[in-house]
Amino acid sequence: MRSDLPGHRHEWLDDDAGPVVRPYTLTGGRVRSCADGFDLVAYVLASPNPDLGAYPELHPEHRLLVELAGQGTPVVELAADLDLAVGVVRVLLGDLLTRGLVAVQQPPRATYLPDNDILKAVVDGLRAL
Amino acid sequence: MDSVRYDAERQGSRIPIALKILIAGGFGAGKTTLVSALSEVRPLQTEEILTGAGADTDDLSGVEGKSTTTVAMDFGRITINDDLQLYLFGTPGQDRFWFLWDELAFGALGAVVLADTRRLADCFPSIDYFEQRGVPFVVGVNCFDGSQRFSLEAVRRALDLDPDVPMVLCDARDRQSGKAVLISLVEHVARQRGEPVPAA
Ligand SMILES: Nc1nc2c(ncn2[C@@H]2O[C@H](COP(=O)(O)OP(=O)(O)OP(=O)(O)O)[C@@H](O)[C@H]2O)c(=O)[nH]1
Ligand SMILES: [Mg+2]
Repeated sequence: MRSDLPGHRHEWLDDDAGPVVRPYTLTGGRVRSCADGFDLVAYVLASPNPDLGAYPELHPEHRLLVELAGQGTPVVELAADLDLAVGVVRVLLGDLLTRGLVAVQQPPRATYLPDNDILKAVVDGLRAL
Repeated sequence: MDSVRYDAERQGSRIPIALKILIAGGFGAGKTTLVSALSEVRPLQTEEILTGAGADTDDLSGVEGKSTTTVAMDFGRITINDDLQLYLFGTPGQDRFWFLWDELAFGALGAVVLADTRRLADCFPSIDYFEQRGVPFVVGVNCFDGSQRFSLEAVRRALDLDPDVPMVLCDARDRQSGKAVLISLVEHVARQRGEPVPAA
């Protein structure tokens, strides 16, 4: 992480934008958008017996992700647990997905509205909190 | 209830349905406070990366050569039951981070717009955003100490809100108050279901 990159400041970067960093080093500069999958609340589930030894190219962060996703974990929680930006986690998850080490369960699509049973369950659940 | 679960049940894990709710509003309106008051987990933050590309162009190649910066997003979780989780996301306050909103709003159940009566105009952009995208929302009128009391009707007029958009007085620091705002949102979503879904 670097906070003092010379020269390259964009005019829209200021104190509100936080430190200037280069976290994509971990991903070799690759980026990935939510259009590729991995919605913030998509569930990631590690494969039953992932053979991580077969993939020496993977980073420790990849291995941690597989561990954390053992029981099924949403993307946003993985990012928080690893203290990595969501965009970075998406790239790493993509690597794991292509190697069959994780599966992804996307949330319902944008056009989907939960049925009334679900909405009622949410209201009841909130009332009971 | 199978309809409340994804079909995929692997390794005996049950994958719950995760519903997204956005907490929006102007700078300092109480978004972080509300997410923290409602979340069952320690207030969490996650970061999203901004690149020069994100702001100006859609060319995403060669990021390694560009300065990037991060913007923090608040998020919190409320477990409703084994099959249902609510995720709350506080939207970044500054307008220029709005391209992140598209991702946050994608598939969201709905939104809470926090209005600070001392600076009502600050929440106009949030309201415009959700109206334009057809995302159901409610307005939480956050009662800051020492702020002048307005009637909800006066605030509704000032915000030029549709009559069917619910408004709730709230204190973002108070969990019960926050719960009431979420309940009014979910009930609003349920009412909208009764009507034909407008073309997106
Ligand atoms: N009296 C009162 N104070 C509040 C309320 N909500 C938030 N505050 C205070 O207002 C300040 C700003 O609240 P935040 O939750 O940080 O606001 P925010 O919307 O996250 O702000 P940004 O992320 O900077 O846009 C904090 O000091 C809160 O303690 C409220 O309902 N009543
Ligand atoms: Mg905040």
